[in-house]
Amino acid sequence: MHSNVDQRAPRSLKLAASAGLLFLHLPILLIFVYAFTTEEKSYQWPPPGFTLKWFAVTWDRPDVWRALKLSVGVASLSTIVALVLGTLCAAAISRSKFFGRETISLLVILPIALPGIITGIALRSAFNLAEIPFSVWTIVLGHATFCVVVVYNNAVARFRRTSASLIDASMDLGADGFQTFRYVILPNLGTALLAGGMLAFALSFDEVIVTTFTAGQQQTLPIWMLEELVRPRQRPVTNVVAMVVVLVTFLPILAAYYVTRESRSADGQSR
Amino acid sequence: MVGGELAITPGRGGIFGQSSDAIWRNPRMFLFLLLLPPVLWLGVVYIGSLLALLVQSFFSIDEFTGLVKREFTLKTYRELLHPANLDIIVRTVSTATVVTLSAAVVAFPIAYYAARYARGRWKAVFYLGIMLPLWSSYLVKIYAWKLILAKEGILSWIFAKLHLTWLLDSVLAIPIIGGNSLSVSYLGTCIVFLYVWLPFMILPLQASLERVPVTLLEASSDLGAKPGKTFRHVILPLAMPGLIAGSIFTFSLTLGDYIIPQIIGSSRLFIGQAVYAHQGTAGNIPLAAAFTVVPIVVMGLYLWMAKKQGAFDAL
Repeated sequence: MHSNVDQRAPRSLKLAASAGLLFLHLPILLIFVYAFTTEEKSYQWPPPGFTLKWFAVTWDRPDVWRALKLSVGVASLSTIVALVLGTLCAAAISRSKFFGRETISLLVILPIALPGIITGIALRSAFNLAEIPFSVWTIVLGHATFCVVVVYNNAVARFRRTSASLIDASMDLGADGFQTFRYVILPNLGTALLAGGMLAFALSFDEVIVTTFTAGQQQTLPIWMLEELVRPRQRPVTNVVAMVVVLVTFLPILAAYYVTRESRSADGQSR
Repeated sequence: MVGGELAITPGRGGIFGQSSDAIWRNPRMFLFLLLLPPVLWLGVVYIGSLLALLVQSFFSIDEFTGLVKREFTLKTYRELLHPANLDIIVRTVSTATVVTLSAAVVAFPIAYYAARYARGRWKAVFYLGIMLPLWSSYLVKIYAWKLILAKEGILSWIFAKLHLTWLLDSVLAIPIIGGNSLSVSYLGTCIVFLYVWLPFMILPLQASLERVPVTLLEASSDLGAKPGKTFRHVILPLAMPGLIAGSIFTFSLTLGDYIIPQIIGSSRLFIGQAVYAHQGTAGNIPLAAAFTVVPIVVMGLYLWMAKKQGAFDAL
């Protein structure tokens, strides 16, 4: 009767929680199995056999490489823009109170809070009105807009924990603003920016909804995937690409987790 | 703040030194400089684009030439009320409701366990267990479900192995939600929506459950409440802000999505697909713009109701 106050979870809760976690993970694991299947024409389960052949086939596909290169390029550029804008915004918000402060933080969150399709079609119709031709730059413009928020969130949290007296001390000891930025603020922000940057990269690398509106003929990797999903032409190649994409996005997420985890525990020690 | 004349040390030399001094003396100016680039980008490019879109929803399309007429009219909004378009709106909103409710049910045990019982290494396992699916590729997740729900896929195989094929067939035979196979039915669409947005429900729910003091649960149980009663009268009300925050995500994301129903589901349209079709091949930007106003208005109403319920006071 008093089981809910117990330190051990009731069995039904344990069961439901683990079923939920399995539900979240099994579909992704399935991708890894399908990457090795010998079946070409359907999504047959269980796979009739296993082969490594499709890895070689995918390796030799120029369209996959082109899409991958474009995605990496776009994600890098968007991350750089987001790092600059997000840090500036975080610095302004956390250092002072001013009229319209709430509006600015809403402004940063809005691109990710509104459904992607709204951001996408708004940018597309604006490009049309301004007669800007679609290019890699229009894709970057869209991506950077919603990547700012992840950098901003990480940087704002770090600024909040950095004491303002550190900056005052640096200035009192004779450092000018740029030296203070270089030797005091930047090392303090470092891991937060690293984590924010990696998340921004992952966000941009994976984005498809806004990209369908802001890209012309260019094909990013998600756009390539989407085409394969709508009109499957070479299922085995898609399987392999899907598996690689899972691995490529997991690495920055894990890295971002460990980077911020270390700084979290370091903070705990210094307090 | 130290004025230039009163400074004890002399001013710094060089461009860097002087500009650094100038920044220190004019914090307002410095703030302005900090905010200028992000506000230009987000405020002008992004908000400008949104406003341009909104303005276009008040234009209309000339039926004879197919060109956009740039004069104010509400004709495009009236078009939204055509049965075919209204159908799309009702379908999308009801799917979003179903997805949100089922996400709350599936997310609750995970969030509750992670918040109340997971400690040490298990805490990390739960954290990554929720973050990895959240951040892994959206399209890959949909693709995985295309593999699972396909007629020849793993789910049919499991049902066959358990000798339950009749059950699957009778579910698929239900009108409206059924279909030829799970991957072309509404049921499939809802499952995939649920899967893809589930982490967005778990995270805020977990955050709100972590703030429920254990002593409160002990008090409730000491006063004779059975676990079910404690859940209804203590845990659920305290978890409400988290549930509402999560539902804002699941509801809004389902309203705006156009890729999931396009790949998994019947051929009947959702709002997102209608927007995409009207702005693309049809070239009817005004109607597409009017359609995008629907999720904005629905979400506005939703947020307003959540605020009225006091959901934000508790956050």
